Amino acid sequence: MSEPTHIRTPLARVLGRGAAKSGTEHFWHQRLTAVANVPLTIAAVIILIALLGRNQAAVAQILGSAAVAIIMLLFIGSIIIHMRIGMAVIIEDYVHGESAKLTLLIANTFFAIAVGMACVYGILKLSFGL
Amino acid sequence: MAETRSLEGRAPAERPLSPHLQIYRPMLTMMMSIAHRITGFGLYFGTLLLAWWLNAAASPNAYAHFQWFAGSWIGRLILFGYTWALIHHMLGGIRHLIWDTGRGFGPSEREWLAAANLIGSIAITIILWIFVLLTMGGSQ
Repeated sequence: MSEPTHIRTPLARVLGRGAAKSGTEHFWHQRLTAVANVPLTIAAVIILIALLGRNQAAVAQILGSAAVAIIMLLFIGSIIIHMRIGMAVIIEDYVHGESAKLTLLIANTFFAIAVGMACVYGILKLSFGL
Repeated sequence: MAETRSLEGRAPAERPLSPHLQIYRPMLTMMMSIAHRITGFGLYFGTLLLAWWLNAAASPNAYAHFQWFAGSWIGRLILFGYTWALIHHMLGGIRHLIWDTGRGFGPSEREWLAAANLIGSIAITIILWIFVLLTMGGSQ
């Protein structure tokens, strides 16, 4: 990678970001969580199917057991980050009014955190018997 | 836009825009791209069901409510759609990860990947549901 001119500092060349100081975090996190989502989703679907025919006491006991609870917590953490970034992209693509876009982006973050916390609470309640 | 208008004192000139969706003949890869976004959108709100299920599991009464919903025809329809959206989005995601490595962009490859995505998601969804309905038949 040879530059025609060497106005850029060595640090800027090493970082390789051009004029942008940041901007690839969402791209990278979307792919990182996508990779995590594949095995975690398969595991979550298997857990769900295994629990479908059982009564509430059995479901609560299995969901609250350490291995299942940890898998479900990882699954929720990964999908919540992934879906927040995905919905932000949809909003940025289709909502052009500045205030409407900002409002929806804020609502997106609030929704993602709220539903994520609700899921985490549900699992921890079963694990710790609160 | 507002600034431009007030500065120039008139509406901005009608400049040509880049071609948008209606210009193109519908193609499978295009439809699959749209389907990937729509399924992601649906799964986003589907997490509310996951939160309901996980929180209902703590009490027999709440779980009975959830089971009533999941067993009703509208509940089953939503869960069937949710299953397909999940599998479709997951397979579509794998397709995107393959593309991220720089592979699978050839004309025949991308058509094959799109078709495999669609057929695979429908097949896996139906197989999962047949399995679930058969195994749950006696226990409910």
